[in-house]
Amino acid sequence: MLKDVCLRLTERRIGIVGSNGSGKSTFARLLNGLLLPTEGRVTVDGLDTRKDGKKVRRKVGFVFQNPDNQIVFPIVEEDIAFGMKNLGFDKATIKEKTEAVLSRYDLMDHRTHPSHFLSGGQKQLLAISGVLVMAPEYIVFDEPTTLLDLRNKIRVARAIADLDQTAIVVTHDLDLLADFDRVIVFGDNRIIADGPPGPALQCYTETMHDV
Amino acid sequence: MNTKDIVYIALFAALTAALGLFPPLTLPAVGVPITAQSMGVMLAGALAGSKRGGLALLLFAVLVAIGLPLLAGGRGGFGIFLGPSGGFILSWPIAAFLIGWLVERHKGDVPFVTSLIYIALGGIGVVYLIGIPWLAFAAELTLLQAFAGSIGFVPGDLIKVVLAALVARGVRRAYPGLGDGG
Amino acid sequence: MFDLFRPGHSFLHRLPAGTKVLLLAVSGTLVFLVDEIVIIVAFLAVVLTLYPLARLPLTSAWAQLRPALWILVAILVAQGLINGWFVGFFVVARFAALLLLAGLLTLTTRVSDMVEGMERGLWVLRYVGVNPGKVSLALSLALRFIPVLATITGEVREAQKVRGLDRSVIAVAIPVVVRTLRMSDEIADAIETRGYGP
Repeated sequence: MLKDVCLRLTERRIGIVGSNGSGKSTFARLLNGLLLPTEGRVTVDGLDTRKDGKKVRRKVGFVFQNPDNQIVFPIVEEDIAFGMKNLGFDKATIKEKTEAVLSRYDLMDHRTHPSHFLSGGQKQLLAISGVLVMAPEYIVFDEPTTLLDLRNKIRVARAIADLDQTAIVVTHDLDLLADFDRVIVFGDNRIIADGPPGPALQCYTETMHDV
Repeated sequence: MNTKDIVYIALFAALTAALGLFPPLTLPAVGVPITAQSMGVMLAGALAGSKRGGLALLLFAVLVAIGLPLLAGGRGGFGIFLGPSGGFILSWPIAAFLIGWLVERHKGDVPFVTSLIYIALGGIGVVYLIGIPWLAFAAELTLLQAFAGSIGFVPGDLIKVVLAALVARGVRRAYPGLGDGG
Repeated sequence: MFDLFRPGHSFLHRLPAGTKVLLLAVSGTLVFLVDEIVIIVAFLAVVLTLYPLARLPLTSAWAQLRPALWILVAILVAQGLINGWFVGFFVVARFAALLLLAGLLTLTTRVSDMVEGMERGLWVLRYVGVNPGKVSLALSLALRFIPVLATITGEVREAQKVRGLDRSVIAVAIPVVVRTLRMSDEIADAIETRGYGP
């Protein structure tokens, strides 16, 4: 249970760090209405997640830690099309956007392949693609690099850095946050630091050594 | 039916398929191969419930019918349902539904021995009640002959009932959130 | 993918999946109404000639019968001893014809075409109050889960090998089921974050 959290997120790149069980994943899930607050409220551009759940989800995309838990369809292009079909896009638009995002992430050769055979990094890029084609304004990432090796970490980090959207990234990977505008540190279900990455991350590493 | 129901239906269909990958065990006394696959039926009923479990096995039957080699030993295709063992596979959705329905009638945990009885009623009772007449009809045998031909599978099925009940109990303990929104 | 399809361009390959399923269902029913052995044998011969006509090797016809062989032999012997060899031969010939015919459908139709054909036919379900979109989602998800589950099962067996438990059904099944249930809960969330609203 998160307590006494009062935040206004306006920056383009926001990092969320904290030890396991510190409430950061709960926080991420509150942002797009996957979880609803028991007390208080969460609004996105004035829309309450409780009342306007559908509209909020349209605005806020979500990328999960394990891409295997996010990829819904057996074939790469089918998976990318899924979100667009739900939004009622026509066939021509779906095709065009699918091709654009696949070439952006160098997955064009895998278009008709089973998603199961992609590497871990490619799967995470596929998961990001599936969210990106729905054109959200904000994207929440829940530990997007935790399961990846160094090379794929760098690929995904670069993909996040290149996004036009606002990105809110929950992570243990402090390198990912070096160029971010703001970092929020969670500890014990409350906020223990909030500010530019330098001081915030320093505060975070210090509290970790205190134990 | 919500999104979670759909995902659970797909999951237990896939789980039944994956159980077919376990190498079959042959009981030395009877000489009949035992596959782990029908445990999928028992687990779907005991863990996913009546509606989701029954639909999961119906989905599994559809996947086999359209030609995926998901039955133990890599068998699949429409022919299975026209063959002698077609009735056994078609009985699975009803068996899973019955197990789920019996389990759902309890408010709290089902006592272990009771769960054994429930799983046996569905996983053996329903399966043979439908499978044997089908076999008799398709192979031009009398019911008694068809029954005699199937009796060799019962010892293996009894082992699977116990295993499925143990697995179901273990899963419920390790994952208490199960059944939310069901 | 992991289906039994054999690529080709014969008339059977080109026939729509729905038509083939219908033909199979009709002949599968009719064949049980016949009790003339001559007709059954003729039917078996017609089915067998369809294999070369569909440019399928006869070995693939044999492959349709092989998995059911011991059941067929058992039925032949049982019938032969109880009701006479003539009945035994009749029953086995009928099964062989059906298995071979169904095999033709499986061998000449891609699973994806079957799925597509089914999805096109799913609108019928609306009349019994079933949402075809949900059926089609469940179908795709199951196809997505099967290889994932096989991988997870492999990983768990590997982990249990260290403890000598890789052949214990319980020690493998419990962690596999718990892991996949956790995965399913997150997939349900992921589906909803991607604009799917039931």
